[in-house]
Amino acid sequence: MSMIDTVVRVLDTHGKLTTPAGSLAPDADLYAAGMTSHASVNVMLAVEDAFDIEFPDELLTKSTFCSIGAICSAVEGLLEAAA
Amino acid sequence: MHSTRAGTTMAHPGVLIGCDIHPVFNVVESIDIFGERYLARVFTPAERAACGEAPERLAARYAAKESVLKLLKVPAEVAVPWTDIEVGADPNGAPSVSLRGEAARIAAELGVGTIELTLSHDGGMAMAVAAAVIGAEALAA
Repeated sequence: MSMIDTVVRVLDTHGKLTTPAGSLAPDADLYAAGMTSHASVNVMLAVEDAFDIEFPDELLTKSTFCSIGAICSAVEGLLEAAA
Repeated sequence: MHSTRAGTTMAHPGVLIGCDIHPVFNVVESIDIFGERYLARVFTPAERAACGEAPERLAARYAAKESVLKLLKVPAEVAVPWTDIEVGADPNGAPSVSLRGEAARIAAELGVGTIELTLSHDGGMAMAVAAAVIGAEALAA
């Protein structure tokens, strides 16, 4: 499963979106698509589980979780840092 | 007098407010799914000690953290871990707020001293309102 597919699956499970995550553009605003701030906590924890990473405090911003692309970018950065 | 932050201009003196309402079930669900990891990332040890196993109290504190974030108008690119906003209690038992990190820096920049907080929960929902006066010395002049 690709990174974006995994993130989409996480969002469909935990993001409380009003539309399927797979129907959203990579840069679509997830908060505008129904994700609450609390849902973003669950998304963060589920993404950590999916990729065996941990978001450091400096990435705990609203913008880190604002879109599928932003989440993938953060995950890529953390995976590269861990490599 | 004006202060400028993140491209915005805010007049002094003034009142800043923030509010949030939060379903208690969401906290129950997150604890069920993520357990200790969820609790440790969102709540401080003191908050957890104060709330025990009561999800409605945890939900009220989550709402309080969100209300403070709204009061401070934290920019989307600024990192404020949830545990940097701690809900405690003053000597009379009324809720109080302690800030650390970027949240404390932004509050200081805005001239926010004490943040007043009120919490409530009923019918499966928890809510909080936060308020602060900025430029209080100007008001008194």
